[in-house]
Amino acid sequence: MRFRHEILEKNAIYLLLASLVAVAIGGMVEIIPQFFIENTIEPVKGVRPYTPLELAGRNIYIREGCYLCHSQMIRALRDEIERYGHYSLAAESMYDHPFQWGSKRIGPDLARVGGKYSNDWHYAHLRNPQSMVPESLMPHYAFLEETPLSYDRIDADLRTNKTVGVPYDDADIANAKADLESQANPDADHTSLLKRYPKAVAASHTKPYISEMDALVAYLQMLGTLVDFADTNEEKLDR
Amino acid sequence: MPTKIEKDVISGRDTTGHEWDGIRELNTPLPKWWVYVYLATIVWALGMFVLYPAIPLGTRATTGLLGFSSRAQAMAGFQEMNALHATQMQEIGRVSFADIEKNHDLMEVALTAGRITFANNCQPCHGPNGEGRIGYPALDTDVWRWGGSLDAIQQTITHGIRSADPDARNSQMPNFGGDKLLTPAQIEDVADYVMTLYGKAKPGVDTSAGEKLFGDNCAPCHGAKAEGNRDVGAPPLASRVHLYGDSRAAVVAQITHPRMGVMPNWNHRLSPATIKAVALYVHSLGGGE
Repeated sequence: MRFRHEILEKNAIYLLLASLVAVAIGGMVEIIPQFFIENTIEPVKGVRPYTPLELAGRNIYIREGCYLCHSQMIRALRDEIERYGHYSLAAESMYDHPFQWGSKRIGPDLARVGGKYSNDWHYAHLRNPQSMVPESLMPHYAFLEETPLSYDRIDADLRTNKTVGVPYDDADIANAKADLESQANPDADHTSLLKRYPKAVAASHTKPYISEMDALVAYLQMLGTLVDFADTNEEKLDR
Repeated sequence: MPTKIEKDVISGRDTTGHEWDGIRELNTPLPKWWVYVYLATIVWALGMFVLYPAIPLGTRATTGLLGFSSRAQAMAGFQEMNALHATQMQEIGRVSFADIEKNHDLMEVALTAGRITFANNCQPCHGPNGEGRIGYPALDTDVWRWGGSLDAIQQTITHGIRSADPDARNSQMPNFGGDKLLTPAQIEDVADYVMTLYGKAKPGVDTSAGEKLFGDNCAPCHGAKAEGNRDVGAPPLASRVHLYGDSRAAVVAQITHPRMGVMPNWNHRLSPATIKAVALYVHSLGGGE
């Protein structure tokens, strides 16, 4: 028997129901796996939430639109692995809200830039990128150093992230301001900061105040450094 | 609902049966080959469904009969590429610097690997040809802070300087101005004397006070003749090569609030063999000892 499609075409309700079924199938295929997202994140050790200073730096990164030129995702391609290091894992951006994936690279990928350069280099490069990389077309960000970081509400920032699933505990939130100030000062005692946030890198504190550049550099210096790949079973990452 | 399917007289085909204000339309089906290609793509898709990862199932999608994974493929490609020069790189990692230098072919591989690695990792600070810039040492001169032998360069690259590595080279210049170890006037005197060491002093300036202060405060690290001390990374000051510039203002600034550069440790990023290759390349830039 031939399918009488004019039944659908001539009855708005039937057409609506049939489209609903069609869209629902597509929706289920895309949405249901999200309920199991916990399992799609690779079981690697070392990934921790951002320190308050890194989080503030990340906010500046997003505010300044760094993502328009820089991605943070090393794709599973041979040449990218060779240039930037191990391909990025879902686990490495699981605390990112929003994530910084992408493939638009007017500037290089930054997923593993942490530790590649010294703090001094980053400050000099942000002030005047061409002084470090003559052929660079990156704009100057010297004003970040002239702008004191506004961090009065950093604990609220942590709490917001907690609401969307980042595992900050009460102590993290209570100590947010102290942790931020400690990380911004290279000479401070970092014991409690490093206990809460291993591998955090202190900013250089080039001004009498904590500048936005301090926060941004602290953020850049931790990118991609959390997972120890020498200690990771490569086979488990295959998917 | 088609109401009146008729045969068109001119083309001999049926019409669709619809009529709009007297206009009727020929029913022209897709060419047969087109329909078959379309059906073939459906069959092809079913094959892909079975062979490749397709249906997402929580932790991962169905794996497919071929067991394909883009991550595994990329890593395999990466390893295949490494395997192309694995023999030589293993050899570079295994034998001593002297043996590499004796083996012309191996040396060529090492210098090439070193040059490429340098361009990606070292050039942003030390410059394209290792010429350095203010704050970042030149590598093409024979003035070295921590030593210019192959072993010393390898050590510096591996562990870095004032880096996060526990074995990093570490030293600190006292904060003569900030900690008030010297008064501003004394610092000016020392600067006047230091400038005589590399022939840039203004003639006629009395440097005896500065010389005395230098002997008491600077000579312990930089040496009595300002020849430097590599154990603590104190650069020679009686030299034309200056990390932070040779102007009077630069010297005064460095004594008042010393800048101390950081070089990252590369052992978390580069393999030991690659680090040896970079050491050989840096050594070959002109100043190697």
